[in-house]
Amino acid sequence: MPLLDRNGAKKDVWIISDDGSADADHILVSVAHLKQALSGNGRGRRIGVAIANTVKLAELEPHLSEIDLVSIAFPSHGDGRGFSIAKQLRHAGFKGTLRASGPLIADQFAFALACGFDEIEVSSAHAARQPIEQWLKAASSISQTYQRGFGAHNILDARRAARATGK
Amino acid sequence: MYRYDEFDARFVRERVAQFRDQVARRLDGSLTEDEFKPLRLKNGVYLQLHAYMLRIAIPYGTLSARQLRQLALIGEKYDRGYGHFTTRTNMQFNWPRLRDVPEILDLLADVEMHCIQTSGNCIRNVTADHFAGVAADEVEDPRPTAELIRQWSSLHPEFDYLPRKFKIAVTGSPQDRAVTKAHDIGLRILRNAKGEIGYEVMVGGGLGRTPMIAKTIRAFLPKAELLAYLEAVLRVYNLEGRRDNKYKARVKILVHEIGAEKFTQLVEDEYARLDGPSIVADPQEVARIAAYFAPPAYEKLPLRSTGFDAAKTQNRAFATWASVNLFPHKLTGYAAATISLKNIGEAPGDVTSAQMRVLADLAEKYSFDELRITHAQNVVLPHVKQDDLFAVWQALVAADLASANAGLITDIIACPGLDYCSLATARSIPIAQALAQRFADQERQIEIGELNIKISGCINACAHHHVGHIGILGLEKSGKESYQITLGGDATLNAAIGERLGPGLDAEDVPDTIERIVEVYLQHRKAGEPFIDAVRRLGLEPFKAVVQETLHAPA
Ligand code: SF4
Repeated sequence: MPLLDRNGAKKDVWIISDDGSADADHILVSVAHLKQALSGNGRGRRIGVAIANTVKLAELEPHLSEIDLVSIAFPSHGDGRGFSIAKQLRHAGFKGTLRASGPLIADQFAFALACGFDEIEVSSAHAARQPIEQWLKAASSISQTYQRGFGAHNILDARRAARATGK
Repeated sequence: MYRYDEFDARFVRERVAQFRDQVARRLDGSLTEDEFKPLRLKNGVYLQLHAYMLRIAIPYGTLSARQLRQLALIGEKYDRGYGHFTTRTNMQFNWPRLRDVPEILDLLADVEMHCIQTSGNCIRNVTADHFAGVAADEVEDPRPTAELIRQWSSLHPEFDYLPRKFKIAVTGSPQDRAVTKAHDIGLRILRNAKGEIGYEVMVGGGLGRTPMIAKTIRAFLPKAELLAYLEAVLRVYNLEGRRDNKYKARVKILVHEIGAEKFTQLVEDEYARLDGPSIVADPQEVARIAAYFAPPAYEKLPLRSTGFDAAKTQNRAFATWASVNLFPHKLTGYAAATISLKNIGEAPGDVTSAQMRVLADLAEKYSFDELRITHAQNVVLPHVKQDDLFAVWQALVAADLASANAGLITDIIACPGLDYCSLATARSIPIAQALAQRFADQERQIEIGELNIKISGCINACAHHHVGHIGILGLEKSGKESYQITLGGDATLNAAIGERLGPGLDAEDVPDTIERIVEVYLQHRKAGEPFIDAVRRLGLEPFKAVVQETLHAPA
């Protein structure tokens, strides 16, 4: 399925393998098989985990340093739980790649990036209707927002900087 | 009043451009109707019974003359020459065309206004006490807090796709005029034993089909921690709030289902994980916002104005208006004047463009260029010199805005109901009109005293009928409108949900029944006892009897 990040279309190197049995460099496993995949990971494979948006942080937290990618499912564009999960994972110190997977729309790209996502995976039909250019344009349509802790471009820090330079 | 800086101005302009682009992408098929819907709602565009409706944010109900004049212009150019103030202190236009909306948004941006998040499953327009900066009992002006939250909640990346809408209200006074306990989050500014300012945080209030009074989850939150704490509350709600059933998705249901204690625990756990200082606004930023709400340049005036006293003696109608519609100002020689938008026989909250211009002129001339919109759908001139009140009143009389009924039985709150709203199950405006007509007599209104009636046209309770002293809920029963009466609701500090008096009534029977309820009160009240106190003392029984009488009266 098409994948994109803040620079545009991206090649997907991850192979879905629920139980972790696939012979590949980057395997994406289910939460149920995460522990097993990590413990049997003598071969230096990269392990990612695909989660539903009902998974609790506590389930993943002990393993965050060993995981390279977390793919969070968005069952619909109206269900915003994934944004909070991403935020929690970043708070908890997760440094790997965060992927949003599901029918998000271009207008949610900026929100996803601000919450800590790196990339979005959408269906081909979806991508055909909303080409990459729309996503990139939507991502920059609001140049600065008001929340601190959601990316560098926030108005509060900009005001602070302006105060500091006596502007 | 708050004024946009370069950042605010650019933000709002970019949002307008973004919406234009969203409309274009809907039209070229990039966005499905299902995908576009939340985007248009979050910009205040509703599809109503007859047409699109545009809801404009009036943050914490504060407007300048220039802004109100712009609303007057929009009403004239894109609507039918009037607008409608809602119970959430927004302005609604009921007849704009979709293709005109981006243009209207530009006109709003010209005067530092917008429609951002006036609808949709996100944090809505923040409301506050309409007597902010005026009331003598105020601990701190709630408007700087409300403005801080307005900015913080605008296009919040994490909280724009919540389970359901989310409403925040702030009061700075012990006397709660902002109905904070009926909001998803109610904030009450208070001082702790050390004299520091902070907030009592109440969560899970709300009306609608399951009315609930908010529970306190933090008795004292230090002022500086506000935004980080709100982030924790919203994150818990975003993750845990129900998404399987639209009617169970509000935070009040979550708080109810897991219990206030568990909810508090979840919030505190989340809060403990956050890095507060990286989230909250600098003290300098808080001070920057607060500076806009510094008191205006009041004059030092004597306690009594002889001109005001003389005018009252000479003109009875003015004296009546003054006794009913004025609110004491913390400064001697000033008053806050409530301008009723409840003329007998008209739709509550409606105001013509011509009237908006009169109000704007009066604000400019007599009230430091400031107006407030109240959740009771009235307008307030917050700082009028007593000396000027007579001139103000004369101008109001000429503009048909001098109804002396603020807080009285004809100051009815009613939602649009079946006349405009696609969700309605019954009409509400005609019921309000019939009741206002029934109680039109000025002397009798004053004799009855403070009594508020709230009428909702369906179970969604937009008129907050549950917290009306008398609440009226319009339902549909076997193809016919049926009105349920509740009694004893209270929107103030003693927040209470009204109780049902009996089965639903036909529309024609509502005025008679309300009149009988009022008669029971007048018969049984002690000297000086307001309606709501009498209801509490007497209980529902004597009032239930009159509903039974109506039901069994020979046709
Ligand atoms: S209470 Fe019902 S009828 Fe009235 S405005 Fe709300 S949704 Fe519409």
